[in-house]
Amino acid sequence: MNFGPLIFLGIFLSLASSWCGLILIPLFQFGKMEPVTIEMTGEIYPQPKGGEAKQGMSVYRSNGCIYCHSQQVRPRGFGADIERGWGSRRSVGRDYIYDNPVLLGTMRTGPDLTNIGQRQPSEDWHFSHLYDPQITSPGSNMPPYRFLFETRPIRNGVVSENALKLPANFAPEDGFEIVPKKEAKALVAYLLSLQATAPLPEAR
Amino acid sequence: MSEETSPTLMQSLDPRKISNDSDDCATLVEIDRSCRAPLLIFIISGLIWLLIGTGLALIASIKLHNPNFLSGWSWLSFGVVRPAHLNTVIYGFCSETGIAVALWLMCRLCKTPLIHSGIIIIAAVFWNIGLTIGIFGILAGDSTSIEWLELPAYSSPILFISFALIGIWTVIAFRYRREPMLYVSQWYLLAAFFWFPWLYSVANIMLVLEPVHGTLQAAVNWWFAHNVLGLWFTPIGLAAIYYFIPKIIGRPIHSYHLSVFGFWSLALFYNWNGMHHLIGGPLPAWLVTISIVASVMMLIPVVTVAINHHMTMWGHFKAMKNSPTLRFIVVGAMSYTLASLQGIASAIPSYSEVVHFTHHTVAHAHLGMYAFFAMIMFGSMYYIIPRITNREWPSAGLIYIHFWAVFVGMILYIVPLSIGGFLQGLKMNNPDVPFLEVVQMTLPFLKFRTLAGLLMTVGHIAFFANFIWILARCLQPYREPVAMILKGTIGLESKEENS
Ligand code: HEC
Repeated sequence: MNFGPLIFLGIFLSLASSWCGLILIPLFQFGKMEPVTIEMTGEIYPQPKGGEAKQGMSVYRSNGCIYCHSQQVRPRGFGADIERGWGSRRSVGRDYIYDNPVLLGTMRTGPDLTNIGQRQPSEDWHFSHLYDPQITSPGSNMPPYRFLFETRPIRNGVVSENALKLPANFAPEDGFEIVPKKEAKALVAYLLSLQATAPLPEAR
Repeated sequence: MSEETSPTLMQSLDPRKISNDSDDCATLVEIDRSCRAPLLIFIISGLIWLLIGTGLALIASIKLHNPNFLSGWSWLSFGVVRPAHLNTVIYGFCSETGIAVALWLMCRLCKTPLIHSGIIIIAAVFWNIGLTIGIFGILAGDSTSIEWLELPAYSSPILFISFALIGIWTVIAFRYRREPMLYVSQWYLLAAFFWFPWLYSVANIMLVLEPVHGTLQAAVNWWFAHNVLGLWFTPIGLAAIYYFIPKIIGRPIHSYHLSVFGFWSLALFYNWNGMHHLIGGPLPAWLVTISIVASVMMLIPVVTVAINHHMTMWGHFKAMKNSPTLRFIVVGAMSYTLASLQGIASAIPSYSEVVHFTHHTVAHAHLGMYAFFAMIMFGSMYYIIPRITNREWPSAGLIYIHFWAVFVGMILYIVPLSIGGFLQGLKMNNPDVPFLEVVQMTLPFLKFRTLAGLLMTVGHIAFFANFIWILARCLQPYREPVAMILKGTIGLESKEENS
């Protein structure tokens, strides 16, 4: 049978339909979502990430943290995301309007990071953890990110202010110290900026 | 391809030049010879990507249970190697061998030689250049971190050019076909060649070049990523199954009507599936619900196709013993059914609640891409390569090793990891289990996965060695084969009539 053009039309219409339904309509529905003013605090939410945190997002992107960490909290009663302390509420579209790329993630080899800035506010903890996760979380299968740090000789016998305070079995040789490179600093600034605590009405 | 019989580019676009005269039909030998250079380029590079992708996969797999392995370099860290693996096997191995198989099927079914092979050769060169740049980009830290679209913005347009060339070629080949009857495989191929450039360009524009805002990105991402499976790889895989099973066992497909029905129900439902990757996520419920419904509707095309293939094979399963092609294709066809059923199950919210975000998804992806698609490609190549090179496979032993290593390897990969992922999900949904305990629980499964991967690697090396060997034989003058490589293989597979 020879229905070449007809088949072609069908092929075209099928994909066109889902493109309209799954992309075009949502584009009109929430493609231009705006920030809102939170009633209780009067602040505008969300805020675009600035400076260091923004650079940190790109470190997060290029190192592929997304392949082990999600950034989306499922609603109460669906999974145990909230019970595990990964968020105080479910995530909603408005949380992401300034993110590019949107790093929802599909894998939880490691915990969700939606509110890691609130859950783990210690900069030092993050530096040690990134340098070698075994320091803070023995048995973790998160890879060490030593290449985000620099090992250098201690100058004039004075340890730098930002040198990592490491347990003995992870410490460098005598006379050396380990300091975060600017990528590591940016990455930690980004992690600390992840909060998603604003009580949005639509997230209740 | 001799120059006199091949139309010029303009002529081939001219509808008056279409000749339905059956005397004009090219012989199979002529078709196969015309396919030789362009297809071999795609196949050689596809297989090199397969080896690279396998190496990257092993590194990534070892890292998951041995995080200090090769941890000193950023370009070898897990979050870099993993997308590099995905993109080499998807856009390198699967797409390139898929294109080769699709082009060959198209020529065979249209009964035309591969005209304008220059277009295809240029496309192959562009595709590989684009992909090489892209993979280096990912290793250098330029990955977009958008799943299935990690190739940086400076490489994807090169791939697109290549694909546009292939798409144009397909239309020409189709227009100039000498066989007016259409077979169901051609429908699938036409659709695939039309759908993929659309998907790829829309996704790259809306996510990489001029990104949309907010979680709409996730919608575009999964509309694309799921449809790459459903509207690019699946149609090529099914086209090959529909062609090879009847061809090798020498009987027509069970039901013409079922194949028509299977095709249109796939076209109707598959492309609405993508949002089931976002169940529970920050998108409107209606959007996700549509995809859940469409995913369940996928039962229709899947069961239809499964019945059709199974009924065609019925009573002929013994032929698998003698035909490596059939063996790979039947295993692939069965995996298609299983992968689809597992996918449908994973789209049901109560099941997704457990397995989403776990290694279960990784197992599922390999059931679809490897146990289904890659197996079909292996099987097709066992059939096509001897014909386009006019040489027999040199070693039956290597074929044997290839099949059993990848067959056992994929079962050892997919079954334990599916179970492990499910258990991981159950533990993760129990807030009383500390997270590190969940991690520890997955480690044995991940170690097992590395073992399975090693087995698959052995199979890939065996296949590659056999392939290089056959290429080496091409450099020598042709000799009649002295012995049959597998008992009965030649008898079965070269029994083609030129009709
Ligand atoms: C191979 C998977 C993997 C990769 C890649 C990975 N992580 Fe992790 N991550 C884990 C695991 C497992 C844990 C839980 C155990 C632990 O604390 O190390 C974790 C924990 C964390 C935590 C602490 C979470 C908490 O709840 O205490 C942070 C922060 C984190 N990772 C950040 C990152 C960043 C940033 C990157 C990218 C540079 C990254 N991870 C890459 C697996 C991974």
